[in-house]
Amino acid sequence: MSEARVNRDSLNRGSLNRGSADAAGAEDTVKHLDLDGLLDSPETRIVVCCGSGGVGKTTTAAAFALRAAERGRDVVVLTIDPARRLAQSLGLTELDNTPREVAGIDRSKGGRLHAMMLDMKRTFDEIVLDHADPQRAEQILANPFYQSLSASFAGTQEYMAMEKLGQLRSRGEWDLIVVDTPPSRSALDFLDAPERLGSFLDGRLIRILSAPAKVGGMGAFKLLTGGVGLVTGALGKILGSNLLGEVQSFVAALDTMFGGFRERAERTYRLLQTEGTAFVVVAAPEPDALREASYFTRRLATDEMPLAGLVLNRVHRPQADITAERALAAAEELTNGKAAKRAARKNGNGAGNGRAAGNGAEPPLSAQEEAQAAQLAAALLRLHAERVVQSRRERRLTGRFLASHPGIAMLELPAQAEDIHDLDGLREIIARSA
Amino acid sequence: MPVTNAAEARRAKPDWPAVRLHVVTGKGGTGKTTVAGALALALAAGGKRPGDRRVLLVEVEGRQGLAQLFDAEPVAYEERRVAVTPDGGEVWAQSLDAEQALLEYLDMFYKLGPAARALRRFGAIDFATTIAPGIRDVLLTGKTCEAVRRRASHTHGGHGHGSHGHERSQQAGDRVFDYDAVVMDAPPTGRITRFLNVNSEVSGLARVGPIRNQADAVMRVLTSAQTAVHFVTLLEEMPVQETLDGFAELREAGLPAGGVIVNQARPVVLPEERLKKAAQPGGLDPAELEAGLAPVGLADPEVVAALSELATEHAQRVLLEAGQREELSATEAPIYELPLLTDGVDRVGLDLLAGQLRRQGAA
Repeated sequence: MSEARVNRDSLNRGSLNRGSADAAGAEDTVKHLDLDGLLDSPETRIVVCCGSGGVGKTTTAAAFALRAAERGRDVVVLTIDPARRLAQSLGLTELDNTPREVAGIDRSKGGRLHAMMLDMKRTFDEIVLDHADPQRAEQILANPFYQSLSASFAGTQEYMAMEKLGQLRSRGEWDLIVVDTPPSRSALDFLDAPERLGSFLDGRLIRILSAPAKVGGMGAFKLLTGGVGLVTGALGKILGSNLLGEVQSFVAALDTMFGGFRERAERTYRLLQTEGTAFVVVAAPEPDALREASYFTRRLATDEMPLAGLVLNRVHRPQADITAERALAAAEELTNGKAAKRAARKNGNGAGNGRAAGNGAEPPLSAQEEAQAAQLAAALLRLHAERVVQSRRERRLTGRFLASHPGIAMLELPAQAEDIHDLDGLREIIARSA
Repeated sequence: MPVTNAAEARRAKPDWPAVRLHVVTGKGGTGKTTVAGALALALAAGGKRPGDRRVLLVEVEGRQGLAQLFDAEPVAYEERRVAVTPDGGEVWAQSLDAEQALLEYLDMFYKLGPAARALRRFGAIDFATTIAPGIRDVLLTGKTCEAVRRRASHTHGGHGHGSHGHERSQQAGDRVFDYDAVVMDAPPTGRITRFLNVNSEVSGLARVGPIRNQADAVMRVLTSAQTAVHFVTLLEEMPVQETLDGFAELREAGLPAGGVIVNQARPVVLPEERLKKAAQPGGLDPAELEAGLAPVGLADPEVVAALSELATEHAQRVLLEAGQREELSATEAPIYELPLLTDGVDRVGLDLLAGQLRRQGAA
């Protein structure tokens, strides 16, 4: 029976520091991310969940926001693209760019939860409407170049997420804002795109393009270097004169907002560097996701952005402490029938009937039932072996990440058998690990 | 190579014989790059002689995912051979970069010279490739379509990839096209239709002019029977929903939908009548499991409890997956299933996936 030992501790304790030999050394020194401490602290004003696509950022952000609200904070969560049913459970049935209060949460500690989904085009439109006089705003909104830029530029979503974060913060209605980040090509786009869009809208090129339209042509050219003629000429060739004309009229209409965009982007960027902000890097224990997490962690350090830690999502852990090899050998024995014979001999029951002979208090099993039971046990042992192998691989990958980011705090969230689409599901994820 | 032959004998008739551009999309985290790599290997296999089949794999998001996948040095803008199949088929890879494509394009058509440098200095290149909506996509799809159409005899022409031109022309023999097929590791499902539908993307902007012409040329390839867009998904709610939405959008845009590739499918280990019971927590009879484990000395209550929990998880998962599989049938597209590689993706794993794709008729 000693082989059947189960590490009771490992079943009860948090998922860290399990007694597995391969990664134990690395994990002994792992700092646990104190999620409740982070969410409870009144100092924490913004939590940004970032990471590559498909790692569960949105769900993590929603789960954190819900937990914080039920622990007494007044929270708003900004989601980018939630799964339909999750959105419904948060009451996000329409994309109207307005935070809505989420029903069905435990308010006994005085907290509240609002949720909203980002509508990037509308956010962009709102900036235009806020900053230009009505006639000019109308011109901008009707411009085809503006329409494509606001609806499809790969960086617009990132810029607008930052913009919305800045707006929510300045409204001052909530004491904690949890932000999900757009499903970017790479996690870094979130930090870079606003700057890129800001510097374009506020940059040299725009000034060159707007020059002829502004001063009626040649006057402006004299002020600038000889490169300008080349640039507008070449742009006309490539873009076609129509498009160039539209860009120029867009830029002319946008003129009043110059400086505004970059300044706004910079303000939000600085906000992210303040102490009230905590970045949480979300990853799954997969090579690509961890590589992105690694880049992002370094980038946050370079930009002096405060990192709270790594959330490792969808972690698989074996429930029983049986090695893969042992489980597979046992499954093999059960399948080829050797086990049954040996058990029969052990029972001193030469007839080979084992327990079916009825020598114990248990009701006897027929040969067929016995075979079925063996089949079931073998199938589950194989499943267990697979889980052990997967877990071993995940630990190896995580260990490597941790080795190159010593001192980073980590929180593991277990893989869920089913998709999460209600508040109970969101509560459960954290409850199972915190 | 008897193994290959046996595998070939079991092979289904390929579903996409006329397709030369395979666009592979999928939600983030579904293994899109892995599947694109496996598909390229699958398409490169089956030649009669080494070098008979040649496939180009392009990435358009600059992540160097292909290099990592094939454990090769970083893939550059220049096409480079990254893998050879057991029967001598070749997989070449290329990492497309919009800025380089634009400069190449400018050089080819406009001979801009110093103006190109001025454009770069004033941020115009950056503007065109990262900010101007649609232009980046026209460049990337345009460059891909150019590789699809490129004739074998043109390989030593000056398209900026002359370095291997001679080596290739020696083995070109009677091939018509430079590549038998091109596989694109494309942007994720949420952006794929907009990415490919360059025509409508630039239509509001450029009604006439060079960008318009380029977009039209790209659309002729993308909407033809030469192209198929495949969706990689997991049997989970969100990726499946995105796949269904993606199919609908793609069809509405008149772009050719291909197959659904279910990735990381897990084997079902319990018979059906047990699954339903096991899906309920505590649904399995612990006494039966204990009896089953007794002969191998594992009939410990803790083990029984742990394995029961595992059985419940498995059963819930299997039932959920069955539901998602059902949903996917609404696409009316061929569905292929690739197993989960529990020990990670390496070249051996890729070959295994490629073999599966061939057997199921995806290549």
